[in-house]
Amino acid sequence: MTDDDRVFKALAAPSRRFLLDLLFARDGRTQTEMESELEMTRFGVAKHLKVLEEAGLVVVRRSGREKLHYLNPVPIRQIHDRWIDKYTEKHVATLIDLKRTLEEES
Amino acid sequence: MSDTQVFRIWLKASAEKVWTALTDPEWTAKYAYAAPQFYELKKGGRLYSTATPEMRDYAAANGFEVPDTILDGEVLESDPPRRLVQTWRMLMDPTTAAEPYTMLTYEIEESSPGVQRVTITHETPGAPATAAMIRGNENAGAEGGGGWAWVLSDLKSLLETGKILTEA
Repeated sequence: MTDDDRVFKALAAPSRRFLLDLLFARDGRTQTEMESELEMTRFGVAKHLKVLEEAGLVVVRRSGREKLHYLNPVPIRQIHDRWIDKYTEKHVATLIDLKRTLEEES
Repeated sequence: MSDTQVFRIWLKASAEKVWTALTDPEWTAKYAYAAPQFYELKKGGRLYSTATPEMRDYAAANGFEVPDTILDGEVLESDPPRRLVQTWRMLMDPTTAAEPYTMLTYEIEESSPGVQRVTITHETPGAPATAAMIRGNENAGAEGGGGWAWVLSDLKSLLETGKILTEA
């Protein structure tokens, strides 16, 4: 299985997309925190998180005794770049655009 | 959102090559924002990045200025080619320049022979504008660009194909 296959397979399950939605809303959560949001056994949640981690969509980081889960947007960015990004303009202006946007907001 | 963001990618390249691509000004000028980054790779060493001619031209054409130094920080830990810990502050924008230094950790681990798992952990307590910038925009050409996810995707393209994404 290629890296892409793993990503698409991981995204194919509604429960796994829901776990990513939870992390997108607020990441750095423990498995226990996420279990309360799903009608699923502890084992089921662990299994789904493992699939997401192996696809690179979730990164687990230790903090003391806790294992915190983070959404990794990079594989989704790569899918985006594969079919979309080559049509976009050169990026040198992007940071300067940010400067202007933030200045307009403030 | 928490005050920590984590980004991970797998790169088919040696750890030394990845380390060079992250810390050598000739390499950092080849991908993503294309601004060269200068590192003094020792504890307490300085790091900074300078504006490119393209950034200056763009700014001049649009009636504002970019500072010479667009990013700065201090090296806290340098263990080539595996681990780099540093502070990080974006100076191009007055809002992010006024925020406290953030903390950036690069970890380069060999996941299988010839493949490096690169993890960026960026901690941004008290720096919401910086956090928004590194999170990125889905459109890399839009304000702030694509953040770390786009930078890593472009680095992968450069290391594995020799081309950046806009040339692909």
